[in-house]
Amino acid sequence: MQAIGLHFVDWFIILFYFVFIIGLGFYLKRYTKSEEDFFLAGRRNSSWVAGLAFLSANLGALELLGMTGNTYKYGMSVAHFYWIGAIPAMLFLGIFMMPFYYSARIKSVPGYLKLRFDEKTRVLNGFSFAIMTLLVSGINLYAMALVLHTFLGWNWDVSMLASAATVACYVTLSGLMSAIFTEIIQFFLIWFGLFLVSILGIVEVGSFGDIMKRVPEAFSHLWRNTGDPSANGMLVGWGGIVLGLGFVLSFGYWTTDFLVVQRAFSAKNLRSARMTPIIASFFKMAVPFIVIVAGLAALALSNDPKSGFSLMSDGGKLNYDSALPMLIARYFPRGLVGLGITALLAGFMAGQAGNISAFNTVWTYDIYQSIIRKKASPKNLLWMGRVATIFAVVVSVGTAYWAKSMPTIMDYMQAIFSWVNAPLFATMLLGMFVKWITPNGAFWGLITGMGSSFTMYLAVKFGWISVGFLTMSKTASDMAANFWRAWWAWLITFVVTIVVSWFTKKRPEAELVGLVKGLTAGAPLEPVPLFKRPAFYAVLSLIVFVVLNVIFW
Amino acid sequence: MTDHTPKMKPIWFFVGVILLVMGAVILGSGVYDLVRHVESNKVLSHLHAAVWWGGLMTAFGLLFVWLNRKSTVD
Repeated sequence: MQAIGLHFVDWFIILFYFVFIIGLGFYLKRYTKSEEDFFLAGRRNSSWVAGLAFLSANLGALELLGMTGNTYKYGMSVAHFYWIGAIPAMLFLGIFMMPFYYSARIKSVPGYLKLRFDEKTRVLNGFSFAIMTLLVSGINLYAMALVLHTFLGWNWDVSMLASAATVACYVTLSGLMSAIFTEIIQFFLIWFGLFLVSILGIVEVGSFGDIMKRVPEAFSHLWRNTGDPSANGMLVGWGGIVLGLGFVLSFGYWTTDFLVVQRAFSAKNLRSARMTPIIASFFKMAVPFIVIVAGLAALALSNDPKSGFSLMSDGGKLNYDSALPMLIARYFPRGLVGLGITALLAGFMAGQAGNISAFNTVWTYDIYQSIIRKKASPKNLLWMGRVATIFAVVVSVGTAYWAKSMPTIMDYMQAIFSWVNAPLFATMLLGMFVKWITPNGAFWGLITGMGSSFTMYLAVKFGWISVGFLTMSKTASDMAANFWRAWWAWLITFVVTIVVSWFTKKRPEAELVGLVKGLTAGAPLEPVPLFKRPAFYAVLSLIVFVVLNVIFW
Repeated sequence: MTDHTPKMKPIWFFVGVILLVMGAVILGSGVYDLVRHVESNKVLSHLHAAVWWGGLMTAFGLLFVWLNRKSTVD
């Protein structure tokens, strides 16, 4: 591939960003005095700060390059990842689950499992989350180095190490606080740096309607072609989308993945914590106006030979991930090219920092303090958090090389989530809403669910069973397999947890007050006007969600 | 012992600073190209996106810095 040429002004903007966020790390270090400052950003964030960070922690490699490329490949269906695949789960977290999480004053999601069930379930989830986070973190690092290497022409190894060193520097200095600061800066850079691509794409083609006319009919609808899996690009029917993506993978990720939930824990009070995912839901619904519109514009331009637009190719194979950078190169003059590249880099670095800050918290509290040094002092925990940060970055470099050897990033991300998050969601759901679920039920349900998900993955990979066996369909893609595997893993966890709970010892109800619905008094109506209540904004968000699905049906 | 560390500035202030600096650089570059009639091979270059988009960023940056110039986080 040929690198995109950069002007001095572009280099200035990229360099300014790197210097600015490292400087910010040093500035924030002055305010990082306790373990709570380092791991929970002092629990002083407003709902807006926590909400934008909640969204931005997820706006990593997949969202920007991957989803734009996937839109080019699959069309509008990709918006399912933003709407049905996110919004109901985010609202459920804010309205129903956050009161249990926040009121328990826990420091991590595995910490809730310890309070609700027991130590072994917490450690099991702590280890599985830590491993998953390091794998995902490596993927972010890989994507970041890929941009520097492919589009700026930097050496691959140097790109990787420069990116890793920057993240290590500012997360080690001030932990979650600097991660949240950079996530919010990234949010604004992404909108200013990339939304212009969609605007110029629409201007060039004529209108959004003209773009839709120039893409294949099957690519221009969300639900209309999902009755038959073979009739849409993703080869997934509505059952897989609703059960696998909309229910299990989405709820599993948005309500139990500590990477995002940690941002809500940093809020200053319960109302702010509940508002965190609700505010984020509005912006999540808007992200397709960057990635989906840009992907469709790229496809419309490619279909017009006179436009002269085409994606990059590697050895004759189209590189779908190049859609967004190729549009940047097509439209942006000097200065704006630097901004566009900085927005991509910021997205990757914030995603990486989010993973690292979640890892150091789970490692320190749920593994180090739980198993290795039970009586660690607050000072020692702060030190351990910084050591864990460096350790995580070093391991991420290794997992980035592993990711480099993989054929596609997207499918492996979904596979990882289906191993860890999907079973955990069944455990959490039962734990929070059914009081007679026992510690042994939760532990054996979780371990069976994770084991079965991984076994199903291996069984398909090595051809022991066909993909169609999981998806109950003759035509199926890797994506369909991920969706359905997540559903089966969730169901197995759900059933095993209930069955084992029938035969094992329950915890006294007095110990579960505040942790389980039915044993916890409902929160009294807040003395605030209707338009300041989380439920009001959740309903608004739900209305926008329904309208968007109807418009693009 | 008293703590003499000044109170922390809110994130919105830093968002303003980075938007202001980047916006001003992009705006300046766009104005230079416009005034000097610099040739460009970019599609839609006649729209001079750097001028109005850089201007928009600068305005947002200025607004954020101005609104938060005296704010601190407790």
